[in-house]
Amino acid sequence: MANSTTAKTKPAAAPAQPASLMSIVAPAVGWLIPGAGHIIQRRWIRGGLLFVSIGTLFVLGLMMQGHIYKANGGDILDILGFVGDLGAGGMYITTLAMNWGQGAIAFAIADYGTKFMIVAGLLNFIAVADAYHIAIGKKQ
Amino acid sequence: MTIQLTHFSAAFVFALFASIVFGITHRETTRDMLRYGLYCFAMFLGGVLLAGWAMWLVRR
Repeated sequence: MANSTTAKTKPAAAPAQPASLMSIVAPAVGWLIPGAGHIIQRRWIRGGLLFVSIGTLFVLGLMMQGHIYKANGGDILDILGFVGDLGAGGMYITTLAMNWGQGAIAFAIADYGTKFMIVAGLLNFIAVADAYHIAIGKKQ
Repeated sequence: MTIQLTHFSAAFVFALFASIVFGITHRETTRDMLRYGLYCFAMFLGGVLLAGWAMWLVRR
């Protein structure tokens, strides 16, 4: 007797989307400049809001004397801090180039500043993923 | 140039901008984005206030 589960037909898999140029360019540009991945896909308001939100968080973090992490192979929290900061893309590169965010954390608000910059980077990772989903047609 | 925010204003600013990004990236339609952003903002600030009062009670 045949197993009834084997008789069920599997639903046809969705056809694979060919990788378009936009699906590569939008995340890359979005990482470099927060919100730009949306703007080049004509999502002007979303891109602008992402730019202002992520940019303001990062700049406020710097102004609060937050610490910026560099590439390191030491403490796990330092490595995670670096990964978070790296998400800010161009802002992170500029900050490193200008040697900002290198002071010692002397008060509680400065520690908040450090977290602001890490979260700005992590939020930009989410924005980059969103730009990619728009580029491949998974989201409008 | 440095800036000194209070603990609450820092939490407020954080909640505001994080909620905007969450709203835009986690929902499809504009209406849903707005609703989810407001929900996240309320959760962030509500959590801050709740945790603050809980710590005040523990301290007494």
